[in-house]
Amino acid sequence: MKTLKILSVAAVAAGLALPANGAGAGEITVVSWGGAYTKSQVEAYYKPWMAKTGHKIKSVDAPNPAAPIKAQVAAGNVSMDVADVEYSDAVRYCDEGLLETIDSKSLPAGADGTPATKDFVEGALTDCAVANIVWSTIFAYDASKISGTKPTTMADFFNTKKFPGKRGLRKGAKPNLEMALMGDGVPASEVYKLLGTKAGVKRAFAKLDTIKKDIVWWEAGAQAPQLLADGEVAMTTAYNGRIFNAAAKEKKPFTIVWDGQILDFDLYVIPKGAPNKALALEFIKYATGTQRLADQAKYIAYGPARKSSGPLVGLYQDGKTQMAPHMPTAAANLKNALVNNFEFWADRASELNERFNAWIAAN
Amino acid sequence: MADFDQPDTDAVLTTADGRPLRQALDRAMRRARWRAFLLVVPLLLFVVVTFAVPIVQMLYLSIHNPVFSDHMPRITAYLKAHPDVGVPGEEGFKALALDLADAKKNRTAGQVGVRVNYDRAGSNSLFKSGARKAAKFKGPPYKEKLLNYRQDWGEAHLWNVIRRASHAHTLGFYAAALDFTYDAGGELVRVEPERQIYVMLYLRTFFLSALIAGLCLLLGFPVAHLLATLPLRYSNLLMIFVLLPFWTSLLVRTTSWISLLQSQGVLNDLMVAIGIIGDDGRVQLMYNQYGTIIAMTHILLPFMILPLYSVMKTIQPVYVRAARSLGATSLTAFLKVYFPQTVPGIGAGTLLVFILAIGYYITPALVGGSSGELISNQIAFHMLKSLNWSLAAALGALLLFGVLGLYWLYDRLIGVDNMKFG
Amino acid sequence: MALPAHASTGERVWHYCYLGICCLIFLFLIAPILIIMPLSFNAEPYFTFTQKMMALDPEGYSLRWYDKILTFGMANPDIPREAAWWSDAWNNATWLHAMKNSALIGIVATVFATGLGTLAALGLSRPEMPFRRAIMALLISPMIVPLIITATGMFFFYSATGLAHTFIGIVMAHAMLGIPFVIITVTATLVGFDHSLTRAAASLGAMPSTIFRQITLPLILPGVISGALFAFVTSFDEVVVVLFVASYDQRTIPLQMWNGIREQISPTILAVAAILVVFSIVLLTTIELLRRRSERLRGISPG
Repeated sequence: MKTLKILSVAAVAAGLALPANGAGAGEITVVSWGGAYTKSQVEAYYKPWMAKTGHKIKSVDAPNPAAPIKAQVAAGNVSMDVADVEYSDAVRYCDEGLLETIDSKSLPAGADGTPATKDFVEGALTDCAVANIVWSTIFAYDASKISGTKPTTMADFFNTKKFPGKRGLRKGAKPNLEMALMGDGVPASEVYKLLGTKAGVKRAFAKLDTIKKDIVWWEAGAQAPQLLADGEVAMTTAYNGRIFNAAAKEKKPFTIVWDGQILDFDLYVIPKGAPNKALALEFIKYATGTQRLADQAKYIAYGPARKSSGPLVGLYQDGKTQMAPHMPTAAANLKNALVNNFEFWADRASELNERFNAWIAAN
Repeated sequence: MADFDQPDTDAVLTTADGRPLRQALDRAMRRARWRAFLLVVPLLLFVVVTFAVPIVQMLYLSIHNPVFSDHMPRITAYLKAHPDVGVPGEEGFKALALDLADAKKNRTAGQVGVRVNYDRAGSNSLFKSGARKAAKFKGPPYKEKLLNYRQDWGEAHLWNVIRRASHAHTLGFYAAALDFTYDAGGELVRVEPERQIYVMLYLRTFFLSALIAGLCLLLGFPVAHLLATLPLRYSNLLMIFVLLPFWTSLLVRTTSWISLLQSQGVLNDLMVAIGIIGDDGRVQLMYNQYGTIIAMTHILLPFMILPLYSVMKTIQPVYVRAARSLGATSLTAFLKVYFPQTVPGIGAGTLLVFILAIGYYITPALVGGSSGELISNQIAFHMLKSLNWSLAAALGALLLFGVLGLYWLYDRLIGVDNMKFG
Repeated sequence: MALPAHASTGERVWHYCYLGICCLIFLFLIAPILIIMPLSFNAEPYFTFTQKMMALDPEGYSLRWYDKILTFGMANPDIPREAAWWSDAWNNATWLHAMKNSALIGIVATVFATGLGTLAALGLSRPEMPFRRAIMALLISPMIVPLIITATGMFFFYSATGLAHTFIGIVMAHAMLGIPFVIITVTATLVGFDHSLTRAAASLGAMPSTIFRQITLPLILPGVISGALFAFVTSFDEVVVVLFVASYDQRTIPLQMWNGIREQISPTILAVAAILVVFSIVLLTTIELLRRRSERLRGISPG
């Protein structure tokens, strides 16, 4: 009798804890990258949308929101409605049929009346994805820890003689190989051409070899500023917005070096079989509107993907910092910049990651 | 029932109801066996469904990847019908072009491209752009059109790879899991040295596990001996030191090692404060092999102490005393009399720690950095990041065979029913 | 282990060295777990002792990370702490959500594992059990097979059957992982079980169910309970399977810790860890009391 009672209590409790998938009319799950970045989206997109429509958003963080998509679609049990993913993942998953298509003509026109297809910067719209921001991978250092000359170029990042100390890098072949070549003096415009050759790959790894014993790997975006703040590294590559936030909001003496920055988009996608597809689309249309994108720049230093948002970008939330010069797309920051080549990575990621894994695993 | 045919007529003992005793006993035994078995059946079914079936399925996936044959049926059929063709002619290209056009329509070109790309870098974009192109073809000549678009389509290596990918059943992922690949001529060769990783990781996993098991034995032996020889009220108290770690969450223990080992952590601070090292000479104890070894030794130590303790507990102290009284030095008495009796415990503990260490994932991933990574981390990488699930399954299968071999050894030497905790 | 009076000087020296070594090993075992406690009260966001903490200055200590366990993930953490705040925390706080999940999954999985496991152990410990060794080996193997492999297999299986990202899927997986512990502990109690007791009861006319309830169960109960605790801890501590087959709705404490360590390591994790250490001390005490009770019970049983 007693056991029965316990069992039934457990069963009821289990029923209560079952996910509210699909059942929650008016609630969507949005997966993003966590930390300051998710926060900026909550402030600029989620809250206004919830206030306007009365729907709810469940905000979820993941080290890479793209990673669970394939598993969920393959399992036929998709629990997310919108994911914020990198360009190469958006293209790859679209080609693999893992995403819903989004008709870019259905997106609202810019505030100045420009149709959406013209308003977004080139490459920001694909068959399945709508970009919200332009971000970049840069490297940064703690100004209070480096006396004398400060690093200014990608070559300085790889120069542990001149600037001793540990280096933080994102674990994975992507951005590191490009950065290594730029650090070895290759101009941004020739990086992918060179990386397409055996000699280029070899050269990139050889450059990474020179700092290998000093590298601390990070995986989630929030780790990079953390490593810098804890003094675990002297310099680290990072997403520019994270460093800006640590500097502007938490007053950390972090400085960004824009030389050799690698630009990329973050895009909103809807996984195939998302439980609330229509609502998800509605959210994406709203969130990637001119004003929303401009507002996001109030909270983090990522460039809006719409041209019409540019002029509306104003001050940081502290009310005094001008955001424009901190954007990856500011003219001064673009002098030696590389645009991430998604096609290259679609082809070479598995081979180069394998080689990269072998490289880091070897002592 | 076998005895039924050979009745031993005169001497048959019968039960009260007149049946032969032997038969009645057999029957009772059989019923008892069934009763015992029925008690186990629900659990057996449960474990088979939730454990054995998934693992068998994983083993199957490691040799079965139908992505290509499912989405490119025509060219698959063509290659099957023409087993000797290298680069096919117009007929084969027609099958390919029609499949590609369908793949574009069904948005599966990417999946096919990724599958071929495992064995030939650059195939992903070739298939995707090829599919876009082929969707616009109005008719023949398909071969000429595809070759005009990209010369790669006429490459013998590509067709080698395509042919292999078109077989849903393949051992290719096991080859990859052992750092082998097929060269342009279709021969099995080692991958280039810069890409060899898995064999090295298997070896590292093996050696680090052995090292950790050895360290556990080194640290566990004296403690187990002390616990076994102390009076019960002290040893029960000291046992808490062994059991508390055993009962504490793995992640808690890993977290505490992070706080101890990181370069701005407690141990480094302590050493700086004492003056062993300078503030700029902090030792890197984490994110490398040391981190993995230290943390895993700590985590697995109770698994060594407990079996050792339970064996040592049964060793009678009189033997050693007898040896001493016969003139043996304490060292000789220990080596010749005490130690041999602990060997079953040493075997049980070492093997258990070794088996557990071989499959560790969480701790190396958090404190091991890259040089402290084990093979499990690569399995997780292919499961969660690169999404090459067949390769992950093959890597897992190889690891599984190793562990099952050790498990069999454990069962033979010690017996699974002799496993005890606390 | 007192030193005999006739021990030589060398033996005495060695004896004290040996005791010293053992002390160091005990320190190695316990220090990493206890160090968490004071560290979790750090007023600064560091993983180490600050100057103020070393000086035992109260200012160096605070409960801020414990507070963060409640506020992290809340919609409006800054409003006054009244009913609305607490309900917000209860519904939205990430850690509380994880704790609720962990407790629920753990309890249901434990009930499954203990029920099935005890039943099977009763069968396995009968001498007439056929294929005993092989079946035992199979039932224990979830403990031996590396979690990463089990999790990989489950991922494929659950994807194919629609169990992925469901509550019941995780419960089944965790029950399966807990079963070996139940089997081991319950069969261990049954090994010393005096079967003449049940035979005596049967000869006095007791029904099998009565025998089980009145004789067998009370005697093996300590083993069953400690098996259940093992199963619960196994589930409560498990992260790899959750990582592979759970979705955000089933986030458990270990998964949340894992994410926390990899994403944004903050002393909140230390605070959670400290709470978990206290929790394991409670569990350990329970087990110890049970063991004593079991010994007492068996001490009075004849034979």
